[in-house]
Amino acid sequence: MTISQSILNGERLALARLLTQVENNTDEGRAALMELFPHTGRAHRIGVTGAPGTGKSSLVNQLALHYRKKEKKRIAIVAVDPSSPFTGGAVLGDRVRMRDLSGDPNVFIRSMASRGSLGGLAQSTANVTQIFDAAGFDIIIVETVGAGQSEVDIARLAHTTLVVEAPGLGDDIQAIKAGILEIADILVVNKADRPGVESAEKALKAMLELAHPTARVFKHHGTYMSVNMPAKKENAALWIPPIQRTVSTEGTGVPELAEAIGRHVDHLRLSGDWALRERARLEVELEALIREGLMNKFRGELAAEAYENVLESVLQRKRSPWEAAGALLNGDVK
Amino acid sequence: MTEKKTGLEQGRKIRVLVAKPGLDGHDRGAKVIARALRDAGMEVIYTGLRQTPEMIAEAALQEDVDVVGLSVLSGAHMALTPRVMELLRGNGQSHVKVFLGGIIPDEDLHRLKEMGVTGVYGPGANTEDIIRDIKTAVAI
Repeated sequence: MTISQSILNGERLALARLLTQVENNTDEGRAALMELFPHTGRAHRIGVTGAPGTGKSSLVNQLALHYRKKEKKRIAIVAVDPSSPFTGGAVLGDRVRMRDLSGDPNVFIRSMASRGSLGGLAQSTANVTQIFDAAGFDIIIVETVGAGQSEVDIARLAHTTLVVEAPGLGDDIQAIKAGILEIADILVVNKADRPGVESAEKALKAMLELAHPTARVFKHHGTYMSVNMPAKKENAALWIPPIQRTVSTEGTGVPELAEAIGRHVDHLRLSGDWALRERARLEVELEALIREGLMNKFRGELAAEAYENVLESVLQRKRSPWEAAGALLNGDVK
Repeated sequence: MTEKKTGLEQGRKIRVLVAKPGLDGHDRGAKVIARALRDAGMEVIYTGLRQTPEMIAEAALQEDVDVVGLSVLSGAHMALTPRVMELLRGNGQSHVKVFLGGIIPDEDLHRLKEMGVTGVYGPGANTEDIIRDIKTAVAI
């Protein structure tokens, strides 16, 4: 039996093994991704992001508990923590907050190291969610690295993005800056039993009032990728991110948060945004693969010597990088 | 044809679960080890205090680790260690190497090795030795 069949049969060890293959981008992992792709497209991906220490892991724990109790859904959790830029090692500690989920065969938690990727996810996180999707998990919760102001890859991957804030982290100037708050479908003020919760919520509200909806154009690894969005239905209601208060250590506010997530899913389905987001995500993935393939093909056809010579001429300031790239692409090199 | 690359040569990271089974509440040693293994380039999944053998085996499965490191200071290592190993085997993970750290009396060492524990370390053990032993044990 192939590994893909084992995954479709719900074998947990095979699933864990394949996730490692996909994470390491091996031939076996890629082959299984291709085989499993037709079985994907069913899961709801929820992204959870926010600054370190805002309580993301505890919130994911409570949210998963809620879904298990109230909706009997199968839950996969992908928790990303940073790799050391110096040694490549990592301490992945998100499971510490998720011990309530232990012993439930319908919950599968996988920790991932970011491995040098800067967008708050690892390079292979999207592929890992595809495997969980094919394996029949209804909800896939992706927790990012404790993110700052620009780790916005999660918005491209998730259908619903939660941005978790906590009291005392910043004023209304922080709230109107571009970046992480902009990607929120739902804003969560966690640790809502702490002082300062009113002013945190007020700052977020003020930001929402200033904001007006913009087209979703995703920045991917340094390049803007505008996505051709088919025209939206005229009567589609606008989604204004709600602000939900939670205390994730106790689970306060979590049922209400789950309700808000449910409303967002309804909105995505009704407005056609669900399909748009799927399209945007797959288009970016396709473009990235084409770019990688073209690059490999180009380098394969080009004599290594010619490349070195051109690089050397740039180093000596005989040619600008623009001229050099043009010459290489036109085959105009000695 | 080129020689078949081993997993580690393909840029695979050694994944280690560091867990504290049982009831003692001292995790400083476990944290020191987690950090040392991180600095040696490994991916360490840290699960925190008071884990049952079942929780440890489940985490080892989901995380597809190469190594499980147990820290036991309560004296219950002769009960907890074989239970964890039995569960790992039951899950099809008999390839996972088990390391043990803590207050382990000398007279237990032989029996622990017989059970299949790869390495046992007491207070004052050198993290360099532990790192070397892990790398040797998981080399494919």
